[in-house]
Amino acid sequence: MGDKRPRSFYILAAFFSAYVLFLYGPMIAIYILSFQGPDGGLTFPMNGVSLTWFGKVFSGGGIVDIGAAFKRSLALGLVVMVITVVLSVAAGMAFRKPFRGASILFYTAIASLIMPSIITSLGIALEFRLIDDFVNKHGANVGLGWLADGYTTAMGLFTSGLGAHLTWTLPFGLLIMFAIFNRFDGRLEEAARDLGATPWQTFRHVVLPIILPSVVGIGLFGFTLSWDELARSSQAIGSVNTLPLELQGLTTTVTKPDIYALGTLTSAVSFVVIFAALSVILVLQARQRRQGSDAGKGMV
Amino acid sequence: MAVTIETSPDSVAPAEGALRKLTMRSIAWLQAGPMMLVFALFFLLPLVLVVIVSAWDYNEYEMIPAFSFRGYTDTFEGCVANLPELCTILKTYLKTLKLCLLTWGLTLLIGFWVAYFLAFHVRSKTWQIVLSLLCTIPFWTSNVIRMIAWIPLLGRNGLVNQGLIGAGFINKPVEWLLFSEFSVVLALVHLFTFFMVVPIFNSMIRIDKRLIEAAYDAGASGWQTLVNIVIPLSKPGIVIGSIFVITIVMGDFVTIGVMGGQQIASAGKIIESRLSALQFPAAAANAVILLGITIIIISALTRIVDVRKEL
Repeated sequence: MGDKRPRSFYILAAFFSAYVLFLYGPMIAIYILSFQGPDGGLTFPMNGVSLTWFGKVFSGGGIVDIGAAFKRSLALGLVVMVITVVLSVAAGMAFRKPFRGASILFYTAIASLIMPSIITSLGIALEFRLIDDFVNKHGANVGLGWLADGYTTAMGLFTSGLGAHLTWTLPFGLLIMFAIFNRFDGRLEEAARDLGATPWQTFRHVVLPIILPSVVGIGLFGFTLSWDELARSSQAIGSVNTLPLELQGLTTTVTKPDIYALGTLTSAVSFVVIFAALSVILVLQARQRRQGSDAGKGMV
Repeated sequence: MAVTIETSPDSVAPAEGALRKLTMRSIAWLQAGPMMLVFALFFLLPLVLVVIVSAWDYNEYEMIPAFSFRGYTDTFEGCVANLPELCTILKTYLKTLKLCLLTWGLTLLIGFWVAYFLAFHVRSKTWQIVLSLLCTIPFWTSNVIRMIAWIPLLGRNGLVNQGLIGAGFINKPVEWLLFSEFSVVLALVHLFTFFMVVPIFNSMIRIDKRLIEAAYDAGASGWQTLVNIVIPLSKPGIVIGSIFVITIVMGDFVTIGVMGGQQIASAGKIIESRLSALQFPAAAANAVILLGITIIIISALTRIVDVRKEL
């Protein structure tokens, strides 16, 4: 291939730019509109510029308790992130050697990933409904009287809700681990072993530093997918709502730009997390290069 | 958990083969076990319960653990009686399939060319990463917000209508832009083209560039190279992307709900509305039907390509 770009390059570059505009354009429109003046409406033109609608969100004026939903989503997202990272790294390590059940776990993860969310959500709701029915009807007979007393439901943010989110984040975590270990040079571990490192030392000082940037990536997926999760939570979250569920509820009732302000705030959290994670990944990669970990490069 | 590696007696003298193998296996189990447990509790068991409960009886208040096909018969009510006329459930599934096909076609078309551009036209690795990230970032942000984002553009007084009126194409605002099948498909394409781009890009990036040069040297036109080399070798990615998009759209109720103004029925929405009426067996029966159809589509697609080899 020569240096001169073929004509198809320019056509496809234009197509790609249009796609990116299509991706970002609408989002940018609501970020701008969330600064709508006090008399402004849901559409352009801007009627002045103000922070009125952000104020409305924070004071809770008219909208449901957004602050609480915000905190709930944040807490759930962090828990999901930590569990996703730990379980994915562990399972990813397991897949490096053959073990019975490996393909069952693999296919279960894939099935969980592509299962229509409403079915997973329904299943979890059903499971907890049956648990509730059982406790209410038979709790006293099987020595769970203390539980049945004043019992309402086992469903909740950190039971059914957490489970629902994990069925969505764990497959991503596992697939990322697969991608990491596809490129991983196993000789590095052998070398560590030969030098007398214990398995834990090998993991802690050889494997983990090399895979760390991608592990941060798993954390990024874990948090953002949970923070924005909607379909799987919808039936399985119990009596309290997460932020995306509140937002979805608002789409049918709200006629003022406060919904944009809330959207802008929610996105702001996503963007902060995304850029924090990406910067950490960049720093880690730069450090790997600088500290001369010539891992896998052979003789330099 | 990774920590469990510590318990391995690896540092002890060169272990006897059998014992070593055994500990290796139990370590693998300790590492993979927690994830398996989560899937067992929150995915496999719930699925089994859905299938079981779909064959339970129910009344207005609760499900009754007695065998009954009421969930299914209620679902297909009137399907035989009103025959020339399609019953609600069939109409709903046809509508869902239509939305699914439209979305699939569009995401495939857009996804293929975006992936093609990234894989073959972007030459520097850095730019490839930057542009891929540009496509990925929206995936990490909220779907609901990306739906709401269409309101100021497509609404009655939205930018599109303003623009069309301003340009003199129309006199009064077009109504079908928002809360219509059009806006549903638009939003689905907007949200899920990403799921096409990633696997197709993955397949394309593995194509040996020398194959393309060889085709060029042998006198193949760009079009011939595309049809005879790039597309066949991208097939695994195309299939995986298609599975993603089709399963998402078949079960979708959020996008169709929000963008359809809660007026358009879909397979996923039936389940949701049965659930909100607390008719668990009926919801479960619908879930089983949806699951069956989804499995048929996926197995048809996986016949084209062995997915496991591609991961």
